[in-house]
Amino acid sequence: MREKRVKLRLLAALTIAIVGGTAVAQNINAAGATFPNPIYNRWFTEYAKAHPSVHINYQPIGSGGGIRQVSDGTVDFGASDGPMTDEQLSQAKVKVIHIPTVLGAVVPVYNIPNLNRDLNFSGDVIADIYIGKIQKWNDPRIAKDNPGVNLPDHQILPVYRSDGSGTTYIFTDYLSKVSPEWQSKVGRNTSVKWPGPGVGQKGNEGVAGMVRQAPYSFGYVELIYALQNKMSYGAVKNATGKFLKATPDGVTAAAAAAAKNMPADYRVSITNAGGDSSYPISSFTWLLIPRQFSDPAKGRAVKDFLTWMLDKGESEAAGMGYAPLPAQVQTMVRKTITTIK
Amino acid sequence: MSSPIISVAQTPRQTDPSGASQGSPVQQDVGPEAPKSAVRQFLMSRSSGKAADTTFLAIMLMCALSIFAIVIFILFILIARSKLSISQFGFKFFTRSAWDPVSGDFGAFAFIYGTLATSLLALLMAVPLALGVAVFLTELCPQKLRAPISFLTELLAAIPSVVYGLWAVFVLVPLMRDQLGPLLQKYLGWTQLFNGYNFGVGLLTASIILAIMILPIISSIARDIMLAVPISQREGVLALGATRWEMIRMGVLRNARIGIVGAIILGLGRALGETMAVTMVIGNHPEIPNSLFSPGYTLASVIANEFTEATGDVYLSALIEIGLALFLVTIVVNAIARALVWAVTRGAPARAH
Repeated sequence: MREKRVKLRLLAALTIAIVGGTAVAQNINAAGATFPNPIYNRWFTEYAKAHPSVHINYQPIGSGGGIRQVSDGTVDFGASDGPMTDEQLSQAKVKVIHIPTVLGAVVPVYNIPNLNRDLNFSGDVIADIYIGKIQKWNDPRIAKDNPGVNLPDHQILPVYRSDGSGTTYIFTDYLSKVSPEWQSKVGRNTSVKWPGPGVGQKGNEGVAGMVRQAPYSFGYVELIYALQNKMSYGAVKNATGKFLKATPDGVTAAAAAAAKNMPADYRVSITNAGGDSSYPISSFTWLLIPRQFSDPAKGRAVKDFLTWMLDKGESEAAGMGYAPLPAQVQTMVRKTITTIK
Repeated sequence: MSSPIISVAQTPRQTDPSGASQGSPVQQDVGPEAPKSAVRQFLMSRSSGKAADTTFLAIMLMCALSIFAIVIFILFILIARSKLSISQFGFKFFTRSAWDPVSGDFGAFAFIYGTLATSLLALLMAVPLALGVAVFLTELCPQKLRAPISFLTELLAAIPSVVYGLWAVFVLVPLMRDQLGPLLQKYLGWTQLFNGYNFGVGLLTASIILAIMILPIISSIARDIMLAVPISQREGVLALGATRWEMIRMGVLRNARIGIVGAIILGLGRALGETMAVTMVIGNHPEIPNSLFSPGYTLASVIANEFTEATGDVYLSALIEIGLALFLVTIVVNAIARALVWAVTRGAPARAH
């Protein structure tokens, strides 16, 4: 009997603690892109440790979902791997601004048995592999980029992402820039109508798994995925004609090259950027922050988080395989943050 | 003759009306002054049963009607949300094969084709196998083996589909690409069904994994139905000099056929809606496949793949209309299956020969 009462009291105390705790804390809901989810999660956890009163709850539901939810005002802020279109911006109930956070890159992966060196790819070659114009590994155009490599006379099996994803957006954005035929036939989007033969697989892990298993296949995955899983990947020819293997530094270089004519709303594509050391298939990923928060306390909390992200968060990016923002862009973002109300 | 409880239940207001039980020892207790039994007190304490019966009927009716309400609600939402796509593409949405999110051109035919093709192929493989399992378990199996086989079939039914998908990716796909595929091409290539390059993923692989997934459902329901066939039927057929196979065919399968078709329809339902495992091995390429090795796409897979990242109103609306198409396909296929059952059993009672 007595024990029971003690238990009840404990329970009551616990309930009060929980309810009281949440009442004081500022809960911020966010949703969007899956690609930056690992680093966002880390940032939000570390920020919560330093600021126990703010709790940011991020749901990686996809860029499309992030754009929809922040536009309708069902979350406090969103996140996306592709910038919102002019149409989306004008239709949104909540007016938002884009804040770039980190950069990612997409790398070509392939499986050729008994090949022990990295291959080089030009953008138009990659496009024509997916269009179906280049069907064999020993095609003269692949051979031209890889002098001295003994390429097999075997059909290429192109693999692509079947699920809508920011990775596909960046990849097709690049192909649209380097291949006029791709631009007119396919275009850029989170998912596209793949023109040639090939199979779709779900997620980076699906594409990587397929490429690893199926001999003579060709696919594309996020740089961070390839790094974490120690996959070998190919080099891509950049705008100055150099073949580069993706590294976080090369990605930041691409962003720095593009920073000179960065528009004020940050909606910029940095694929195929100029500069010797720029890796061509790179992109920003953005947070979508409302211009004006209905709850000023929330607005202050989000602004404080963004400042913390630039001060502390950016330095952690490279360690996790993301490329940090170049210094010029960080300075610009700092200014932009002050305009949020 | 009548026990006290029955007489109480029949005439709440005491005494046995018939003279039949006059003089029986029981009657003495039922006199007007006698203390009332517990059952009787309970019955008398209640008001008329009419209100209770009506309420009960109403509640049960509501449960039944909720099924209608749910179906209509789903249909309503699907249509309301896909309005944009319906008004843009009209009925052609279901008969056109196009899926281009960039230019906003959508049609569902390739997906409908993929869904029907994989499901029917899966049935083709699973039904004979499942019926074999069920017949063996009910008619031929030694007692010792029966429990473990039944247990394992039911265990198969409980495995989550993503596990099947993973197994397919790591075991079935390489097997298909390196061993099974080349064999099929060599010996059955003349059928023209196995043309083209064999990636390991594709229509056939998806159908095989679906067949494995619906096998336990069909076989365990078919088994239960065959068990329900009276033993006397079997004995009757055997007594007329039938062999074991004739007994199973005439005594068991014929009697159980409606139930077996029901089991097959349930399996088909799962095959039509299966998403995860199929998405992992079908190849997700929205074209009408010209060979069993070609990659295809199903209605459920395209929703699972593209819904989260769909931007643009028409795109989203088209994806919801894909959901509507899946709903309609399921209804139509079920209706056809039911019509088939009706055609087979029309006029003839289930047990006729």
